[in-house]
Parts: sequence; structure tokens; C-alpha cells
Amino acid sequence: MIIAQRKPMEEIQAMIDGFEKILVLGCRGCTTVCCAGGAKEVETLSTLIRMDGKQKGKTVNTLEASTELQCEPESVRPILEKLANQYDVVLSMACGAGVQTVAKLFPDLRVLPALNTNFIGMAEEHGVWTEVCLACGDCILGKTAGICPVTRCAKGLLNGACGGASEGKCEVSKDRPCAWQEIYHALKCLNMLNYLKEKSQVKDWPIHPGRVVREDLREVEAT
Amino acid sequence: MNDFEPLIAVFSCHYCSYAAADLAGSSRIQYPPNIRVIKVPCTGRVSVNHILRALECGADGVYVAGCLEGTCHFISGNFKAKQRLQYAKDLLSEIEIEPERVQMYFMSASEGAKFANVAKEMTEAIKELGPGPLRPTKSE
Amino acid sequence: MSFRQALESGKFLVTAEVGPGKGTDVEHLLKDAAIIKDRVDAINVTDLQSSVMRLGSMAVCHLLTDIGVDPVFQVTCRDRNRLALQSDLLSAWVLGIRNVLALTGDHPVLGDHPQAKPVFELDSVTLLEVIGKLNSGFDMVGNELKGKPGFLPGAVVNPGADNEAAMDLQIMKMEKKIKAGAKFFQTQGVYDLDAFEKFMKRVEGFNTKVLGGIILLKSVGMARFMNKNVAGVFVPEPLIQELKEAEDKTRVSMNIAVRLIKGMKDLCHGVHIMALGWESKIPPILDEVGL
Repeated sequence: MIIAQRKPMEEIQAMIDGFEKILVLGCRGCTTVCCAGGAKEVETLSTLIRMDGKQKGKTVNTLEASTELQCEPESVRPILEKLANQYDVVLSMACGAGVQTVAKLFPDLRVLPALNTNFIGMAEEHGVWTEVCLACGDCILGKTAGICPVTRCAKGLLNGACGGASEGKCEVSKDRPCAWQEIYHALKCLNMLNYLKEKSQVKDWPIHPGRVVREDLREVEAT
Repeated sequence: MNDFEPLIAVFSCHYCSYAAADLAGSSRIQYPPNIRVIKVPCTGRVSVNHILRALECGADGVYVAGCLEGTCHFISGNFKAKQRLQYAKDLLSEIEIEPERVQMYFMSASEGAKFANVAKEMTEAIKELGPGPLRPTKSE
Repeated sequence: MSFRQALESGKFLVTAEVGPGKGTDVEHLLKDAAIIKDRVDAINVTDLQSSVMRLGSMAVCHLLTDIGVDPVFQVTCRDRNRLALQSDLLSAWVLGIRNVLALTGDHPVLGDHPQAKPVFELDSVTLLEVIGKLNSGFDMVGNELKGKPGFLPGAVVNPGADNEAAMDLQIMKMEKKIKAGAKFFQTQGVYDLDAFEKFMKRVEGFNTKVLGGIILLKSVGMARFMNKNVAGVFVPEPLIQELKEAEDKTRVSMNIAVRLIKGMKDLCHGVHIMALGWESKIPPILDEVGL
């Protein structure tokens, strides 16, 4: 899922300065699971904003709500329409996709990001998330025993390890394992070491911003 | 000069610290009337939001009193409370409210005297800090 | 004799290395190169070594050709995409550079601009393939070149990989590099000849030449620093003690280098000496070894 973290309060305070009715909008998707922008975190942030406002003598009111998936227009529209005119800014606790969906649907509305979106990741344990997918558009996980070298190798190497690892750890940081050594062990476990000898690869990078179109799913004019 | 009487919210667990509070009471051990005890089945039930909302609703200080480490009836509820208390301190620091206004204490059901001492200690500490930033001072 | 001719002659090869500094001052570097130029078969020029921003390898290689040196242009994949790499290779050829060492490169986080965006679009293997393609007159996507280079390509290998997985991966990658055209390998610094011998046995029969790395030990502090921070380099404690107890540390350091080079004569095809400023010690060391 998408992993995000709340911005420092100092940055959020600067962003919301001057607004008096803030809709703090959480998301019941990824940011709930990574405990950055779910209903609990919406309550926490709203409380901090109100407490901070009060101690500084400012008039700040908050409205708390959450969407299902803030990146889906059908999830966002009814919530914001229902609360219309009760707020003068949206402080979104969704990932970048959620923030942009709200902004696109309501171009007259000021939308602010309370979170920094970090990466597509998985939970190592509750409270620890690591990046595992770069959304490169050309998945090779079948050849690397389910370990992505594009993401988990700091250099994104596709033809094996560099010479920089020390005691199984990446030269970039002692808390990152060498992804290629992990791939080696995983392939060995599956009796697939010969995959390491395959023809060398160069990655063809997708153009950004990406776009996926499914003609079979698009709305059709019924005439 | 400082005639401010703090209001302190106490989250107290059924198995240990609330029992200690009862013991303090029945042993006639005096402790300050400034605390308001909220009983929870386990301090693991206390969330960061409970702590912050208590302050927002007018408490000058908050503390969570749980079982001695290693003796929690629900195994690790008190450890979770300890982690959340630390997180609450960090959040309060971010908005420049003194992190010392919230604390975590551990005690067993037989420690009536400790319950009373903690209440005294926290009341003194909050008196020193002054009214919480969300309470108007007497001069206002 | 050019480096290519030396390689093809079958003689025991000796190469050295210079590292450009941070700035446009090349006086010391050229002086050091001049001291050794007639004693070595080629001199490598590093490419933003340790990911620290420095004067570029291509410019310095060109300056070395002006003083009669056959340079080895070290090229990493850290900073340039496939367009820049192909272009820089063509540029290097035009500037008189004939040998290339293809490296993946250290991550920027290790250097003095840690927030720089790493590129790593190609790696050492695919860079070698690109060199091969350019040599045969085509770019990466098959367009014919108007004028083609004829580089002698080399690569690196780490015989000090510190566990089984790392060693197996190094050797598999070495095979890939040879398949991609690497004609010579320069290794990371070696201090343990027994371990090096074991490594050389594993690559016996590989169709390439290996030059064992020799790093001159300038101080005990340097040895300990490398043990802690440089992957694949391990200075054994007895050597550190030898250096520590020596009165004339420079002499002992040179003796260690002489012993290592003599040991390598039977194990591989040459040595690559990294003197890190002690270039003046190279001629006397080579005298003692008889090279």
C-alpha cells in the first residue's frame, strides 16, 4: 500500500495560517493502514490544530471527516458536497493521489496536503514499513524470487550485486540488506540460481506522468 | 501567590492502579483533590487522542497509571500505554506545549501509598508549570 | 607500447591510478603521473571517486595523453544516463583515450552531495555491452555511427567479497562482464595472498586477464579506516601490527607492497597499484620486485 507520514506541525501550521474553518479529511485506505491519515489521526491532528490555535489566541475551527478511497471521485464528491460551505479549506490526510483528486473535483477549493507521501511499501512489522515497489511498469518479480531489485537495490541494478556490500548490508546504509544477496538466497531456496546467469537487462523507463486506459471500462455515450 | 489549583486527569487501570487508589482511600492516606480518575480496563485502552482531548477539555495535566512492567493483566497493555504517552509528549512539543504535562506511572494494586504519592508529585509538578495553555488564568 | 599491446604481449602488467582533485588544479597530479609514466603500462583516472564532486576523468585522461601516458578512462554509471554515457565514450575517443574501465559506481550518499539523484541507468555489464556496440560501429538502439571507436574495455571484481552469497554473485557478474567484452579486470586491494589464490582458482579458465589490486598502506589509521569503511578491503591484524611497530613506516609499507606483488606474480596477470599520493614510491617498489 502507499505509505505516508504526517508533515511536521510547523509546516502544517504555516499552511493553514489564516483559515478559520478547516476540514480535516482522512482516507480509509492506505493512510489508515499505515496510521498516518485515518480517523484516529484525523482526530489527533484536529485536536492539535485547535489546541495550538487556542493557545495562540486564533480562531480555528475544525471539521473532521473521512472518505473511503480519496483517490476515487465517487468516494470524495458526496462527502464534500454534503459538508459544503462549512469549511474554507481542506486539509487532506490522504496520499498525493487523494489530495489531487479533491483538488481536481473542486477547483474553487483550496486543498492542502497534511502528509508527505513516501512510497509503495509493505509492513515489516506493525509500525515499520519499507519501500518495495517503484511502479516501474515492467515487473520482473517472477525472475527474482519475489524480491524487487529495481526498488530494494539502492542502485536499481538488474544484473547482479555491485561490490559495495559489507556483511550482507548495502553500502548506502547498515539497516538495508543487500537486495541481490537476498535474491541469491531466495533463488537458491527455490533451486533457481540459474536465473542469475540470464541475459543482461537494461531497464526501459516509463514516461511520466503515466496513463493507463481501458477502453472496455470507459463511459459510453448511449445514442 | 500561586493559588492556582490544577485539574489533572488520571487514566487508571482496573487491575492495578485503580485498586491502589481504593486502597489509598480505605487506608485513609490523603492525596490532593486535584485529580479526576477515569477507570479503564487496562491502560492499553488509552489512546493518544484520549490524552490530547483531556488537555483540550481543560485538564492542566494528564497521567496514565498502569500495572508494574511485566505484570499487566493483559500482558503488554501498559507497554503500549508507555509508547503512546511518549508519542503524546512528542506531539505536544510540536505545538510548544510542555511535554511534562503528561506522564506515565507504574504501580501494583497493593501500593496505595504510591498512588497517593504520585498524585501529590504530579499536582506539585503541574502547579510549577502553571495552568495549561488552554485554561484562562485567574488574571484573565 | 600501448596498454593494449602490453596486454596482448602476455607480459606481467603494471598499472597505476591517479585521482583528480576538487578543482581545476592539476599540477600535482601531472607531476605524480610523470614520475611513474615510464614504469607502468597504463594509468587509470578515477571517475568522481567515492561520489565526491571532482574534476572529471575524461579531461584528466586527455591531459595524460599529452605527456605520453596511455590512460584508462574510468567510467561509472552513477551520474550519466545512456545518452550521456554513449556520447562521453565517443568524446573520449576523439580526445585520444583508448582504454575504458566500466564500473557501476558508488552511491551518491557516500559522497559530499548525498542528496544528488543517482542515475544507474546502465550498470557495469550493460555499459560493457554498449562499449562493444560502439566499437562495432553502432549505438545502443542500432543506428550506424559515422566514425567508430575501438576501446579496450576492462572491468573490476572484488576478490574480498565477505560471504558466500557475495562471492558467488561477484563471480557470476564477472562471467557476465567477460561475455560483455571485458578484456581485463583490476581488483580491489588485496592483502591476503591465500584468499586471493583461492579466488584465482575459482576463476581459472576464465578468458580474461586479472590485475591484482595493491593499495599502499600509508598509516595504521588508513588501514583501520579501510577495514571499517571500504567494502572488500581487509588489512589483517598482523600487517597492521607490523606497520605499527615499524620505525620507518614508509619502508615497511613499501616492503609489504613488494611482498604482495612478488606473491601475485604466480597468481595473476599483473598488478594495479593505488598509491594515493605516494606515486614516488612506485619506481623503487618495482625495482625491488624486478619489474
